Amino acid sequence: MESYLTPGFADRIFERSKLPPTPKTNVPGTLTPHGFLPELFDSFLAQRHEPEWLIALRREAWATFHELPLPDVSLEEWRRTDIRALKLDKFGLPDSQENGATPPPALLAEGVKLSGRTVAVDSRQLVTDLDREVAIRGVLFGSLDALVLDYPELLQPYLFTEAVDFRADKFAALHAACWSGGALLYVPKGVVVENPLHILSGLTAGGVDYGHTLIVLEEGAEATVLQETASADEDALGLHCGAIEIFVGPRAKLRYVNLQNWGKGAWHFAHQKGIVQRDGELQWTIGALGSRLAKVNQHVSLVGPGGSAQVNGVMFTEGRQHLSYHTLQRHHAPRCKSDLLYKGALQDHSRLVWRGMIKVDPHAQKTDGYQRDDNLLLSEDARADSIPGLEIEADDVKCSHGATAGRVDDEQVFYARCRGLTRNEAVRTIVAGFFQQVFDRIAIESVRHALGEAIGRRIREYN
Amino acid sequence: MTDTLSISDLHVSVADKPILKGVSLTIHRGEIHALMGPNGSGKSTLGFAVLGHPGYEVTSGRIELNGRDVLAMEPHERARAGLFLAFQRPVAIPGVRMADFLRHAASNIRNPQRKEGEELIPMRQFRKELTEKMDQLKIDSEFARRYVNEGFSGGEMKRAEILQMAMLRPKFAILDETDSGLDVDAVRLASQSIAEIGAREMGILIITHHEQLLEHNPPDFAHVILGGKIVETGGPELAAELHKRGYDRIRAAHPEIVEDEAALTAH
Repeated sequence: MESYLTPGFADRIFERSKLPPTPKTNVPGTLTPHGFLPELFDSFLAQRHEPEWLIALRREAWATFHELPLPDVSLEEWRRTDIRALKLDKFGLPDSQENGATPPPALLAEGVKLSGRTVAVDSRQLVTDLDREVAIRGVLFGSLDALVLDYPELLQPYLFTEAVDFRADKFAALHAACWSGGALLYVPKGVVVENPLHILSGLTAGGVDYGHTLIVLEEGAEATVLQETASADEDALGLHCGAIEIFVGPRAKLRYVNLQNWGKGAWHFAHQKGIVQRDGELQWTIGALGSRLAKVNQHVSLVGPGGSAQVNGVMFTEGRQHLSYHTLQRHHAPRCKSDLLYKGALQDHSRLVWRGMIKVDPHAQKTDGYQRDDNLLLSEDARADSIPGLEIEADDVKCSHGATAGRVDDEQVFYARCRGLTRNEAVRTIVAGFFQQVFDRIAIESVRHALGEAIGRRIREYN
Repeated sequence: MTDTLSISDLHVSVADKPILKGVSLTIHRGEIHALMGPNGSGKSTLGFAVLGHPGYEVTSGRIELNGRDVLAMEPHERARAGLFLAFQRPVAIPGVRMADFLRHAASNIRNPQRKEGEELIPMRQFRKELTEKMDQLKIDSEFARRYVNEGFSGGEMKRAEILQMAMLRPKFAILDETDSGLDVDAVRLASQSIAEIGAREMGILIITHHEQLLEHNPPDFAHVILGGKIVETGGPELAAELHKRGYDRIRAAHPEIVEDEAALTAH
C-alpha cells in the first residue's frame, strides 16, 4: 500500500509523525465475496488492524444490520420505492483481493487542474495522489482506510457521530459495519486549497462499493471536491451502500460536486449529510444519471448562525430507472440560508421521487429557506413525484417551496425547427435549457460540461 | 435564375376545419408582397403551412421552392432550404441563450448538410457578426445573453425575430403581423429594421393589418385574403386603400366569401 503514496504525502506523514506508523498491509484474504456470515465479518475486521473504537463501532453496526429488517413500502419513506427485487445475499463484504480491475473513465476531471485524486474500484483504493505544496500545509487527502490508521484521534469525532447515524436503516448499518475504500479530505484552519480534489469510485460486474466520504474543513478553510462514480459494465449487477459526512467549520467554504453515474444494474443506497457552522458556506451539487434504483437521504444541517447551504440537483433518468431523493434542510441556528434546486428530466418508464423538508427550530429566527423541484417528462410513461414539506417552529422566517412537472412543449419544438434545428436538436436544446438554471449556479465549467454532455448523449431520438 | 416560391391552390385544415381554400401566390426573390386581410381570414395559417407546422394539414395544393416540393420537407429542411417565418407570437425557450440558439441555427442553415454534433460556426466569427447586426438594429448587446424570447417585451420579441432573419439570411421570409402589439414608434423601428437588413435581397411576404410596416418596405404587390382565398391582387395603392377604407368594398365585391368568412370566424 505504501507504493501509492506520493512523495509529498509520505514527507508530510514524516513531518507530523506524532504517531508511529501502524502496519496497514492487506493480507490477501480467503473471503468469499458472497453473503454476510459472521466469520466473514471477523475475517474482514482482522485484516484491517483498526483502532479499538472503530472495531467496536463496526461490530455494533454489524449487529444493527442483522437486527433491522429490509425497509418495505409500508414505511412512508419507502412507500414509492419498492426494493423487493433486491437480493442482498447476492452481494457480500468487500473483497480485499486484488482483482486487476481498472477504473472506468472519469468525467468531472476532464481538463481540470487537480490538487489531488483518489481512485477506488470495488471498495478498494488503487490510487491516491496529493500535491506536495498542498500536503505540506497540513491537508490530508486520500484513502480514509489508511488515514484512519494514521490519525485515529483526529478522525474519531467525525465518523458516524454528528452526521450519519448508522441506526437510520439497514443500509446505513451495513455501510457503517463494512465501509471500505473510503476517501478523506481534511483541511486545517485557514488553509485554502486552490484546485479541486477528485474522488472516483468504480464498480466491476457484480461488485460492491461501501465507500465512505469524509470531508472536514476547519475554520476558514476552503476547498472544492469533485466526486463521481462509474461502472465498468453498464448493465452488470452492483451494489453501492455508502455514506458521505461533511463538516464545514466556521467561515469555511466547501464546493462539493457528487455525480452518481453507476451502470443501470447497480443498486445505490446512501446517507449523506453536511453540517455547516457559523458563517460557513456549503455548495453541494449532485448529479444523478446512473443506477437501477437509488435511495438517497441528503441532509444539510445549519448549526451556527449565518451559515448557508446551496443544494443543487441534476437528474436524468431513462429505461426503468427509479431514483428517490429525500432531502432535509435543517435550520438549528438563526440567520442561516438554505436553498435547494433540483431539476430532473425523465424518459421511457423511469421515475423520480423527491421528498423535501425544511425544518426550522424555534430559535432559528431570520431563517431563509427555499426548496424547488422541477421535472421535465420526456415520455408518456415517465413519472415524477415531488413532495415538498415545511416544519417551522420559529416565527420570523422566510420559507417557501415550489415544484413543477411538465412536458416538452410542441410549440417550442416547432419554433426551433423553423430555425433549422432537427426535431432531436430542438428537444436536446430545450432539455439543456431546462437544466441551465441549475447549471448557472455551478461555477465549475468541467462539471457543467460533463453533465451537459452526459445528458445530451442520453436523450433519445425523437421522431 | 431568380429564386421563386410558388404556392398553388393551397388548401389547409386545422383540426379538420378548412381554413385556406385555394391560395395561389408566386414570389420572386427581390420582391416585397403584402398580404392583408381581416382577422380569421387565414393569414397566419399560410405562414405555418409554408414552414410545415404539424397542426396545419395541407389537404391539397402545392408549395414549391425553385421547383422543389416543399411539402415533402420537414420544417428544419424548409428552414435550411431558405424559408423563414417571423412569428406573430415568438415562443420562449427558457435557459437557452439567444446567441447559442442563433449560432446553432445559423450553422445549420448556412450548411444545410450539417449533421447534429458537427462543428458550429467558429465562436469568434459568429460573435463578431452578431454584434454587428445588433448594432445595426440598435439592439442592446446584453440581448445575446438573454434566454430566447423569455421575458421579452412585445417590441423586443419582434426585433429579435428580425435579428434572427438578418443572421439567417433566408431566400424567402414571411413576416406574420410583425407589427401586432407594438406602438407606433415600435412599428416604425421594426419597419426600418426590416429595410436595413437587406430585405430587398430576399423575397418577402409581409402579413399585416397596417400600412405603417410597409412604410420603409413599399410592396411591389398587395394581396387581399378573405375567407381563406386571395380575392384581389394589386400594387401599393391597394394596400393604401385597405388602410384608409377597410375591407368593405372588397367584401361587397365577394358576397359568397363573406358567408364563408362568417362560418370561419364563428368558432
